[in-house]
Amino acid sequence: MFEFPEKIYIPMEKWIDILMDWVLTNMSGIFDAIGLSILKILLIIEKVLLWVPWPVVLIIIGVAAWRSMGKLRHGVLMAGLIFMIGVFGYWDDSMRTLAIVIASVAVSLLIGFPLGVLMARSDRMQAIFQPFLDAMQTMPSFVYLIPAMMLFGLGKVPAVFATVIYAVPPVIRLTDVGIRGVPETVVEAARSFGASDRQLLFDVQLPLAFPSIMVGINQTTMMALAMVVIASMIGARGLGLEVLKAINRIEVGHGFTAGASIVFLAIVIDRITNAFATKQQKHLS
Amino acid sequence: METTDAPDNGVPILIARGLWKIFGENPERLFKSDLKNESKEKIQEETGLVVGLRDISFEVQKGEIFVLMGLSGSGKSTLIRVLIRLVDPTAGEIYIGGKEICALSEKELMKFRRRSTAMVFQAFGLLPHYTVLDNAAYGLKIRGVPEEERKKVALEAIKTVGLEGWEDYLPSSLSGGMQQRVGIARALAADPDIMLLDEPFSGLDPLIRRQMQNELIQLQSELHKTMIFVTHDLQEALKIADRIAIMQDGAIIQIGTPEDIIANPVSDYVQEFVQDAYPATVLTAGTIMEVNEPEIHVWQGPKVVHTLIHRSKRDFAFILDKGNCAVGFLNHKALDMLIKDGGDRIDQAMDTEFETCTPEMTVEELFPLATASPHPIAVLDDVGKLVGYIRNHTIIESMIQEWPENGGEDKDV
Repeated sequence: MFEFPEKIYIPMEKWIDILMDWVLTNMSGIFDAIGLSILKILLIIEKVLLWVPWPVVLIIIGVAAWRSMGKLRHGVLMAGLIFMIGVFGYWDDSMRTLAIVIASVAVSLLIGFPLGVLMARSDRMQAIFQPFLDAMQTMPSFVYLIPAMMLFGLGKVPAVFATVIYAVPPVIRLTDVGIRGVPETVVEAARSFGASDRQLLFDVQLPLAFPSIMVGINQTTMMALAMVVIASMIGARGLGLEVLKAINRIEVGHGFTAGASIVFLAIVIDRITNAFATKQQKHLS
Repeated sequence: METTDAPDNGVPILIARGLWKIFGENPERLFKSDLKNESKEKIQEETGLVVGLRDISFEVQKGEIFVLMGLSGSGKSTLIRVLIRLVDPTAGEIYIGGKEICALSEKELMKFRRRSTAMVFQAFGLLPHYTVLDNAAYGLKIRGVPEEERKKVALEAIKTVGLEGWEDYLPSSLSGGMQQRVGIARALAADPDIMLLDEPFSGLDPLIRRQMQNELIQLQSELHKTMIFVTHDLQEALKIADRIAIMQDGAIIQIGTPEDIIANPVSDYVQEFVQDAYPATVLTAGTIMEVNEPEIHVWQGPKVVHTLIHRSKRDFAFILDKGNCAVGFLNHKALDMLIKDGGDRIDQAMDTEFETCTPEMTVEELFPLATASPHPIAVLDDVGKLVGYIRNHTIIESMIQEWPENGGEDKDV
């Protein structure tokens, strides 16, 4: 009786498909160029990570954790977790995953950081960006795989693309929050001495927003890691692919070790970046 | 650091004319309506606009400490911000060093702030990630002064405010008083034409506050900066001001020297403020003294002097020499004795021991003099001429709160 009338219908799906077709036929050159440059950078990162001897990686991780978290045992623990990934037999896979994460985070920062600054500068910008950021974060992450695949085909590049879309909001948001959170008196003082917008940004706002930005980078990294696993469905090799294989073959043990490796990687990245953020916070208060 | 000479009373360094600040949407509509002169409350009720500043006009002389005083919400903090357009005025004109501030573009305004003004804030406004030295050098950094040079100047300013040895600390490791010293050093290092101080000591505890006030006065006696100083504390205003502007509901209701304000409060509102003031620190000998009339000279005969004293309804006189310098004190008992004994020279009867002071000394400084001698205190100008005298009971009277009404006016010079 109260069924929604079928006549009230907007062919939104069709429009989007048409738009997508148009983009594909007319702008594929641009996307190919972007894809190629991302791929080049990604391959370099991957090569470096796979080339570095595993003990060196463990030492770097151990020292970074020790310096940032303050205690030697933290360093040992973090290096130990990474060591376990090797023990499970996923060393190369984890390095491939890490390469995509690093590339995605780098691109996210490159895009997110200026957008965050822009957003902090004007309330109107903030009002415009806000709904897009909300949408990007609530949209099921699988959805991004479709346009990523259509634009960049299969492989690592669409994985980076989808990961960036999914992971970029936190760094934008927290850059905005950090800059807006700089005490009004400090900003006013800088202005009273004749600071230009640029001087205000680089001497005052960014340094004081840094802890918040670090939290943003931390979250972006974690989300990137989560997305990379999903992105394995479109052909990115790495830990995600191992999980996918385990699901397809119903291999519980395989799934567990691959899953645990992802968790270990996540813990290590999270703890180290988080510790750097809080360290900065303490420094400033 | 620049050292200019004492206040020159030529062209004012700052002129504000007809400044209005109205908060709310489309504030110009207030000027088109006839509500402009209504009370703040009525304007808000009728139009939704909030009057921040109302028709403010004043001038500040070079080298002067000009204090803006009022309760919170009186508009004093808005006014000091409007002067360098941290807040833009709705109407009016501001001239600083001959420049029309409201006509400056963003870029010119930036340049102007870098060169001409420096501000000290109640909440300090220091950069928490900069060391004390870098904070003090911040104004110069913005101006583009090379690192070497700005650090040298900043170090000098840090010494001036007594923070030597703390250069490499972060502000967070300093106490409030010390942080504000950094704030002042930052302003001094920039060597501005005008220093703007927005309740700089209000956040500090009373003991430190008093100490900082004294140091500021000390500093000013060496540097002769032009300062605009905002405070809600009348004691503070009276202590450091050359002139005070009292603000209420966004308007200036009285401008005058501390003495003017104490002696002639223009309204009940000001009177109420003044009630709390301790006049001894403000009133000067020149204000409370009685004029020495008629003048009695040492060569005049005892009988003439007796008549003169009698007619002036006094029982004593200061005796002057040719240059009108006081050489002795004569009271009527000694004079009567002299006449009875047939003496013919009044210097035989006068007492050459008496206390002297200058017109600028405060009543507080007169206390010890008053107790040192039973005679009135002679007030001498800077070449030693007698201009008046102060009786002990006048000093006591001056301490009574209602003093201004009870004949303050006719004691004025």
